Amino acid sequence: MFGLTDTVIDLDRVSDAVRRAEAGAVITFEGVTRNHHDGKGVVHLEYEAYSGMAEAEMKAIGARTEAKWPGARVAMVHRIGVVGVGEASVVIAVSAPHRDEAYAASRFAIDALKAKVPVWKKEVYADGSAWKANAEAIDEPST
Amino acid sequence: MQVKVRYFAALRERAGKSEDLVEVEPGTTVGGLFVDMFPPSSEGAMPAMFAVNQVYVDADHPLKQSDEVAFIPPLGGG
Repeated sequence: MFGLTDTVIDLDRVSDAVRRAEAGAVITFEGVTRNHHDGKGVVHLEYEAYSGMAEAEMKAIGARTEAKWPGARVAMVHRIGVVGVGEASVVIAVSAPHRDEAYAASRFAIDALKAKVPVWKKEVYADGSAWKANAEAIDEPST
Repeated sequence: MQVKVRYFAALRERAGKSEDLVEVEPGTTVGGLFVDMFPPSSEGAMPAMFAVNQVYVDADHPLKQSDEVAFIPPLGGG
């Protein structure tokens, strides 16, 4: 499962997509909207995606992750539109035979998503807004 | 020849629209088109990656008739 949604992400649906009998570990990572950034109060975030390419890049990251950790399975869903404080903007589920691979693969997948998936984030404050770039957009994690 | 240009995020706001059909000379590169369309302003040029037909390419990638070109501002997903 790789996709974009403009509604609340169903965590169970994402993690259920990677559950299987061979997997002894399932890790579900949520990226969640913080209520502050650099001392400024964040009211909500607004996400925008390059629909089509974003899904393709997510699938490619899933394939790279599964190639790097044989036996791993990946699912990822990114939310677009307005995301309120405390809500998930992204959910990545990874299953693997053992927890070490699952943790490593989960970390790799979110770092790669931040570097490669064409999605943009605007932070909206009480008194303005700003587009915020990921540090990973410059330093791509090595494959 | 003509290409379709897609704008996102800060570039969409700067362009005031989300897409455009643009006439380009044969041999134009995606990076060359970007500099033509968004000359460095007082705010400074915006760093961008490039995609053609929804695949990342280098700035020196040559454009073809009917390509879908996207200037990719710094990413903010996650």
